[in-house]
Amino acid sequence: MKSAGFRYHDPQRIDDLLSLLGRFEDAKILAGGQSLMPMMNMRFVQPEHVIDINGVQGLDGIHADAAAGKLRIGAMVRQKTLMQSAALRAACPMVPQAVAHVGHFQTRARGTIGGSLCHLDPAAELPLVMLLHDAVLTVQSATEVHQVDMADWALAYMLPAISPDEALIEVALPLAPGWTGSGFVEFARRHGDFAIASAGCLLDVDDRNIIRRAAIAVGGVAQVPTRLPEAEALLVGQPASAPAFAAASDAARKIDALSDAYYTAAYRQRLAGVLVERALGQASKGTDHG
Amino acid sequence: MGARLVGAQVQRLEDPRLLTGKGQYVDDIVLPGMVQAAFVRSTHAHARIVSIDTTAARAMPGVRGVFTLNDLGPAVARDRMPQTAPSPAIRRSVTQYVLARDEVCYVGEAVVMVVADTRHQAEDAAARVLIDYDVLPAVVDCRAALTGQTAAHHGAADNLAARLSVGFGDIEAAFRTAPHRVTLTLDQHRGVAHSMEGRAVLAAQDAVSGKLTVWSATQSPYMVRRFLARVLGIDEQDLRVIAPDVGGGFGPKAVFYPEEAALAAAAVKLGRPVKWAEDRKEHFVSTTNQRDQHWQMDVAFDDTGKIHGIRGHVQHDNGAYLPYGLILAATSLAPFPGAYALPALQMTLDVIYTNTTPTSPVRGAGRPNAIFAIERAVDRVADHLGLDPAEVRRANFVRADQFPYVTGMKARDGSPVAYDSGDYAACLDRALDMADAAGFPARRDAARAQGRYLGIGVASFIEDTGLGPFEGATVRVTPKGRVTVLTGAASQGQGHATTLAQVVADGLGVALTDVTVISADTERFSYGAGTIASRIAVTAGSSAHLAAAKVRDKVLRYASDKLEVAIGDLELNGGFVHVAGVPEMRISLGDVALALAGTVGQRVPSGLEPGLEATAYFESTATPHSSGSTVAEVEVDIETGAVTLLNHVIVHDCGKVIHPGIVDGQITGGAVHGIGNALFEDMLYDAEGQPVSTNFGEYLLPTATEMPPIRIGHLETLSPLNPLGVKGAGESGTIPAIPAVVRAVENALAPFGVQINRYPLNPERVVNLIDASRGKT
Amino acid sequence: MDDIRHIALTVNGQPVECDTPVRLHLGDFLRGILGLTGTHLGCEHGACGACTVLVDGEAVRSCLMLAVQANGRQITTIEGLADPDGTLHPLQQAFAEKHGLQCGYCTPGMLTSLAAFLRDTPDPTETQVRDAISGNLCRCTGYQPIVEAALLAAARMRQTEGVR
Repeated sequence: MKSAGFRYHDPQRIDDLLSLLGRFEDAKILAGGQSLMPMMNMRFVQPEHVIDINGVQGLDGIHADAAAGKLRIGAMVRQKTLMQSAALRAACPMVPQAVAHVGHFQTRARGTIGGSLCHLDPAAELPLVMLLHDAVLTVQSATEVHQVDMADWALAYMLPAISPDEALIEVALPLAPGWTGSGFVEFARRHGDFAIASAGCLLDVDDRNIIRRAAIAVGGVAQVPTRLPEAEALLVGQPASAPAFAAASDAARKIDALSDAYYTAAYRQRLAGVLVERALGQASKGTDHG
Repeated sequence: MGARLVGAQVQRLEDPRLLTGKGQYVDDIVLPGMVQAAFVRSTHAHARIVSIDTTAARAMPGVRGVFTLNDLGPAVARDRMPQTAPSPAIRRSVTQYVLARDEVCYVGEAVVMVVADTRHQAEDAAARVLIDYDVLPAVVDCRAALTGQTAAHHGAADNLAARLSVGFGDIEAAFRTAPHRVTLTLDQHRGVAHSMEGRAVLAAQDAVSGKLTVWSATQSPYMVRRFLARVLGIDEQDLRVIAPDVGGGFGPKAVFYPEEAALAAAAVKLGRPVKWAEDRKEHFVSTTNQRDQHWQMDVAFDDTGKIHGIRGHVQHDNGAYLPYGLILAATSLAPFPGAYALPALQMTLDVIYTNTTPTSPVRGAGRPNAIFAIERAVDRVADHLGLDPAEVRRANFVRADQFPYVTGMKARDGSPVAYDSGDYAACLDRALDMADAAGFPARRDAARAQGRYLGIGVASFIEDTGLGPFEGATVRVTPKGRVTVLTGAASQGQGHATTLAQVVADGLGVALTDVTVISADTERFSYGAGTIASRIAVTAGSSAHLAAAKVRDKVLRYASDKLEVAIGDLELNGGFVHVAGVPEMRISLGDVALALAGTVGQRVPSGLEPGLEATAYFESTATPHSSGSTVAEVEVDIETGAVTLLNHVIVHDCGKVIHPGIVDGQITGGAVHGIGNALFEDMLYDAEGQPVSTNFGEYLLPTATEMPPIRIGHLETLSPLNPLGVKGAGESGTIPAIPAVVRAVENALAPFGVQINRYPLNPERVVNLIDASRGKT
Repeated sequence: MDDIRHIALTVNGQPVECDTPVRLHLGDFLRGILGLTGTHLGCEHGACGACTVLVDGEAVRSCLMLAVQANGRQITTIEGLADPDGTLHPLQQAFAEKHGLQCGYCTPGMLTSLAAFLRDTPDPTETQVRDAISGNLCRCTGYQPIVEAALLAAARMRQTEGVR
């Protein structure tokens, strides 16, 4: 179980990275390595070139861009750092809660936000959270820069909207999204496993406990992390309480789910319903996420 | 002198090395000129090999050799691997070739071996080996294997390896006269053992003497020596097998494997040391597993819950080959009648070939299966009569005044099985007490008021331990007064070096740290069997005790002469033999050793045999039976099917406890293994025989966060069958865990009337059971 | 042909400079090139934790990092956990006392993981300890004695800190 051979590159500047990407047909970016390395060890992937971006300057910061109203997260920010960032916690209280489910502290010391978004496991936590928060991703090649809304990021099962000559540079979140509460619930057999299913939701509830806005997404259920606009629509204008949550839960169960050797689509649909309801319960309890 | 160290919680002698990275596992050994092997394994469950093209592989950088079966030489290629556990009950013994010859029968079967300077290069070259397969139909489900047209081995008439039968009493009468009867259909699955160290082999031939040394991560170095010599066509004295530090065994490392033979042959052919360390991907498919058993059982009983008879049939999936005879299959019936006095039994078991990885015992072997079936039967009887399951157990237990209790079963050698000692009811009562079973209804009701579902489950068991024939031990004292214990018994973490040292140190009155245990090297000790079946404390422990007693006797006889006192007036203490009450009248053990080591031209003193050493082989001719009860408490989330383990209690009787920490460690680890079987571990194959679970993300081993607090109680009823009074403890945690946990889940779901007949219980299966029961009402 | 790189790093306090094939993961490098075989490989897909080492003080899985990525870094392996004078790390001592190991194969990864964890969480709850080792598989112990050993070591380390 040893990796096949490859050529190793460790660019120090974004320009060099992009030029390498433009030059090679068969290259893989090595970020935190927590998904790529196992696949290389098992020879499931055998790239001709590995481009290690751990040394690239300018990819590992988190900063608030007040002018743009964005919190900008470099693609190489480690999961451990995400959990500890006060700025991120302020803009997005769900992050520490969700990232605590990402693998184990040893893998979070290496794993990155960019790696997680590009690997795009349907059950991964970070794509779900970013989808829920309407993150915008900056993707760059040697010749152009463009932004991708998180809603457009997942093209298909583990297939993000990024070309082989492009790199994910930055993830931007709204700095003050105005949600009054958030909830994240994950169902896995063991702590740190990829979830069988997970659900996250955000609520904006007014003084009279009426839901002004809602965002709901589920992970691990469908081919890609999925927003549930119908369930969201059912909530808006309703009191933030059990009947509305039950209705949203019923809507969540209708998602087109995947099945595998262990769990059927029907079971995942059931979990989607249960977890959405539980996440909404959390979200309605307010913004205090400890 | 009373025991000082036996029974004490001493620090293990193994630990200083293992805690500082100084252990030496096979893959840690580096020899000059050593090269590395990798295997090309079958990607098909069943196929004919049309051709193998190694040309491209041979041309790859660093390659030293590419071997198909024929390239290993005529001795190795001539025949299939030997049957290592022959039995007249085997109807058709099929083992694999060292490398597949013209047919592969499971995914993972070794076909070609590549040897290169590095493992990376070996894998590079292995990827270039071209094998042309003609795919054949595969039989995957053993239930279909006896009825269908598909043969697991091409051209075989059927897939039946053996049909086993056990029984006693008048089963017809039991079913005729008992007023009640229940029928059980049980589907059991146990998967991969997953020692954290995979298998590993290093083979090297001495260029001058021609002697071949094989280091193997094995539980059974002497069995490897016996069968490897046979495969290579050499004499056992030309072969040395060493099991150095071994990173866990749990059963599968007791098997003699093709890789051991392939590596040895390659080392001879290449004139270089060759090493292979199995990777985890290989371990899933090429190290023996356990697999499915399908049980059908009828139980006849009366109004009090007393069981009169059990009869039934088991279909046992043995995988593609029979590498280890019928050991696993036989242990699936041997535990009958469990902890109970049963008047009549009739069970049969079909051992069936399928196109899946071969099986052999995994911690507990078939015992967890049998105890699951027996305990499910008892629970079903209780439910049928509306009785407390603990009460039904008490009604059926072999009573403390019935020992030795002759069960009616026959041991492997044909002798009648007799339970030696124990107090099964006392173990159960104590376990219920420790688990606060009396308080459970209140806990359950309080939880129910919050919409939560708690359940409790009880399981009682016996375990046949200390399997014969023997492990031996030599105890030797050096002129410096240090004590060496030599034994064939291999250790894979059980702490034998410590427990054997405890026994010997007590026997000779020396400090624990004065004792060194050397084991599992065929060159250092003549004979051995293997570390299996919870047998080492009984066999090697007793041998060490007897050998130490012989040495002690020599010391006493020598000192009696020398000091001119009666033997009865002497004591051994602190490394000296001295006159009782006169500690200054003493001789050190080292001086005795020196005196007995001989001086040129002088007679050995006191008419003793030369050397302060002795060897003993304690033969375990009857079976010490451990016993106990487990209580598990769980919570079930009825919306998701999640099972949370709240509490796990085991009260265990393994006779004299030599080292409490080691025994508790065995039981705790064993219990977690059983919990893994009950809830987590599922080795799936698809309909074509492709293994689905081939990494640790899919095959779920229990982790720290999911395990409940595990509490252990001991009852020490000494076994009369060996001088230490011990019974085995290595598998006792595993054996009752599955029925206890499964019952606890069933009990939590009692409001829905759920019956559970299958494990592992994943959460989808749990919600499906609830849905099915709701649908019925 | 293997792509080779020259790297310089510090391992257990000692400077090391050598060539490594770029495809070697850090675990293979430590074991195969430096002969530090105390780091064990249990799965090589990042699931078992046996190969955990400290990289600049962070516990990481050495099978999921290339050796070349250790260039310029400080590595601590099980061989470097005890004091240079041989005094065992409090975790090592507690493992011996609490029977926190059997076969010893997962032990180096448990110890390195817990060393990093206790540095960041000196007064952990049992739940936190279990969480910390949830990425380390052990088939022998059932984890409970490891948890007990970690709590014992933590208590002793806090005491020592208090004395200082």
